[in-house]
Amino acid sequence: MTDILDIWSYLAEGQLLWLTLTLMAYLVGDGCFRLAGRKPFVNPVLIAMILLTVLLKVTGTSYAIYFEGAQFVHFMLGPATVALAVPLWSNWQKVKNAAVPMIAALLVGAFVAMGSAVAIGAACGLRGDVLLSLVPKSATSPVAIGVAEAIGGLPTLTVALVLITGVIGAVVTTPLLNTIGVRDYRARGFATGVAAHGIGTARAFQVHGTAGAFAGIGMVLNAILTALLAPLFVQLFM
Amino acid sequence: MILHFGLFLGFQLVGETIARIFALRLPGPVIGMILLAVLLLTRPKIGTAIEKTATGFLSHLSLLYVPAGVGIVQYLDQVSEIGLPLAVALVGSTVLAIAAGALTFKYVNRLLGVADETPL
Repeated sequence: MTDILDIWSYLAEGQLLWLTLTLMAYLVGDGCFRLAGRKPFVNPVLIAMILLTVLLKVTGTSYAIYFEGAQFVHFMLGPATVALAVPLWSNWQKVKNAAVPMIAALLVGAFVAMGSAVAIGAACGLRGDVLLSLVPKSATSPVAIGVAEAIGGLPTLTVALVLITGVIGAVVTTPLLNTIGVRDYRARGFATGVAAHGIGTARAFQVHGTAGAFAGIGMVLNAILTALLAPLFVQLFM
Repeated sequence: MILHFGLFLGFQLVGETIARIFALRLPGPVIGMILLAVLLLTRPKIGTAIEKTATGFLSHLSLLYVPAGVGIVQYLDQVSEIGLPLAVALVGSTVLAIAAGALTFKYVNRLLGVADETPL
């Protein structure tokens, strides 16, 4: 009989184990989310991330090995982004009717995201390339990486800042918007997508289809706006 | 289902190709999404056909961020010294951006004299 440790080391090097564990960690996270009555702070992505991070630490597995397996899930982000065209199409009438408030909310949301991150960061003593890495943090990660490179930020740090921003957005958006009294699902979803890209959009889809559709649009519009405006923003204000 | 998935991948491929050819700073999937949206608006029958697949797929959008999210730990060492100011900047700016965006949407809508779509 093969030693259990041999079996483990065989599996731990392979793709199957970490792919399976990624799905299972998500199911645990999603289960906690449902059990907790769909509370926003019980975020399935956050729970799965923590579980897997602990598991990698405990087993001494590198992120590179983990990602060999998890890349199949990661890859699906591409077609999922394309699939956002479908809720955009099915909500088209609502989107057309809300074009003016959407453009206004996009400009304000994107500018506040960039401006306040830089202002708070600078006030807390951040300087140079770290501060510049904060500029594109509300955009979806492929756009943010490109922008960080273009404006002299640190692309790898930017990826982490983008992801953390998404998780923060997904966790705070529901209680925040309840507190300030914005009840319209279009406004709620859109602002969340602009400020917290795909992770915020995923949260919006958990709440309501319309919120999800508008979040997806907000994410895409902010990706376009950040790609165009971030270099200009840096020139003008930094 | 496979056909629908093939459609999403196909549009991503077209998007990536266009992004390369024209050296655009937009990611391929975003271009693919815009092109698919144009197709659906001109051919609503395709939209009706793929709606169920897309809705099912997007309801698990959260899952797709897990692998990248686990990578955050990779950067923790890099960030540890400046972790607190970064955390303050991220929390503060995300809260402000969501609030500012949502309130702008709400009040511009009111200025236009359109009623809120109150769901609760």
